[in-house]
Amino acid sequence: MNGPSVADMLVVDDLRVAFPNREGGMTEAVRGVSFRLGRERLGIVGESGSGKSQTGRAILGLTAPEGRVTANRMEFDGIDLLHSSARQRRALRGGRIAMVLQDPKFSLNPVMSIGDQIVETLDAHARVSRREARDRALETLRQVQIDNPERVFDLYPHEVSGGMGQRAMIAMMLIADPDLLIADEPTSALDVTVQLQLLAILDRLVTDRGMGLVFISHDLRLVSTFCDRILVMYAGKVVEELSAGGLQDAQHPYTRGLVNCLPRLGEHRHPLPTLDRRPEWAL
Amino acid sequence: MTARPVAAGLAIDNLSVVYDEFTAVDNVSIRVEPGQSFGIVGESGSGKSTILRAVCGLAPRTAGAVSLVAPPGDRTGALPAPGSREFRRRVQMVFQDPYGSLHPRQTIDRTLAEPLAIHRMGDAETRIERALDEVGLGKGFRFRYPHQLSGGQRQRVAIARALILEPQILLLDEPTSALDASVQAEVLNLLEEMRRRHGLTFVLVSHDLAVVTHMCERLMVMQRGRRVEELSADDLALSRVSDPYTQRLMVASRGFRRGGPEAA
Repeated sequence: MNGPSVADMLVVDDLRVAFPNREGGMTEAVRGVSFRLGRERLGIVGESGSGKSQTGRAILGLTAPEGRVTANRMEFDGIDLLHSSARQRRALRGGRIAMVLQDPKFSLNPVMSIGDQIVETLDAHARVSRREARDRALETLRQVQIDNPERVFDLYPHEVSGGMGQRAMIAMMLIADPDLLIADEPTSALDVTVQLQLLAILDRLVTDRGMGLVFISHDLRLVSTFCDRILVMYAGKVVEELSAGGLQDAQHPYTRGLVNCLPRLGEHRHPLPTLDRRPEWAL
Repeated sequence: MTARPVAAGLAIDNLSVVYDEFTAVDNVSIRVEPGQSFGIVGESGSGKSTILRAVCGLAPRTAGAVSLVAPPGDRTGALPAPGSREFRRRVQMVFQDPYGSLHPRQTIDRTLAEPLAIHRMGDAETRIERALDEVGLGKGFRFRYPHQLSGGQRQRVAIARALILEPQILLLDEPTSALDASVQAEVLNLLEEMRRRHGLTFVLVSHDLAVVTHMCERLMVMQRGRRVEELSADDLALSRVSDPYTQRLMVASRGFRRGGPEAA
């Protein structure tokens, strides 16, 4: 593997993303997020409005045009993302940094067959013959454990289930062989059993290919069982970093509150503890 | 608070819902005693929501019967039949998506006034204010629009809309799955309090086993329109499940396991 070195594939230092508000000022959605990522699975967990998705989008350069992204440093494999041109960003996006979004129903093109969409991704990043493009697309579909890739290649998004659609999305991201995958709630629209199948596929791909993965999710339980390291975000900031399976050792009252308010099998807690949001957490 | 009618249960006998060639619900029977809370668990397409929709008339009943169950010893006479206005008042539904289930161009006041007008219940002013108080929103929310509310606040409005008709049975279709975990806890607590205060009967549909065992005494697991098994929440909590599908759901609810069965 001759990609970026392990320690610093992605360096984010004091990332801030702000959007104009109605009062004519700017509201910060991300307020100083810093982390480094190697070839590992990093989870970013938070509730709606915590800034987790905006963090992922800023790394890809997909922040809405009215938004303002600033940071001390934001580098991918030594490339300065803050000062690279739109053209440089475009070359990275989809090629070396890929993204999987939540709902395949909305993120796949409804009027293009699944196979053609995968081939389109490949065409954007490599020069290949039609024949080879098709073969590689079929091979990628096989890698996301689609049993009958020839059939799925010609299907349209509305003809496949949510789980199949999301596999197709992942296949589309993988075909360009990225170093870093940013997955924003990739399994939240899926049934629990399908969710686990997809995670197993992602897990194997990350391990086999040595990819880095940023897994953004609201689901603390899922992320804590899947990722090597977890950043917990609240009101635009990282309030706590946890290691895999370290959910029980969480120190921050927000994380602990979030763990506690989930109903658990085999426990009778009526009423459920609720989260008492302290103003000082958002400082 | 006015005196409420006694609790009523719900009986579903051999219900089938068939759309053209597709059987969404295949010969399912459940009996929910008055005041009980019953859960239906399953994945997408299992038919769990269709059962609720068939009970309140939003999905066609191809075969089978739905009826209310009077508490033992109750002699108040005939219970209303499904489809009648009185049945529709007594059996109310709370939908999954509070972003989709409230009319975006109507104030909360109009949303709550409409069911009262349909069911010719007077004293709208007092009832609306009381309903908003009950769900913890207060009068200040009366003339707001849904877009000015958070997801949790909208779901409280949806619950107020159901409760304002003084129902006996609440059909809850994934009432918290669109909400953040911390908001889910608040809404579940509210539902439990309402059930206790008004002696309501719940039928709760969810894909989340932990939510169902938290809220319900008994539950049914469904797959592809059919009943897989029916068991008590305690059985499930203690892993006393017989069917392999239920076991798979249980394992899945604990999160990801490296080298688990899915990795194969």
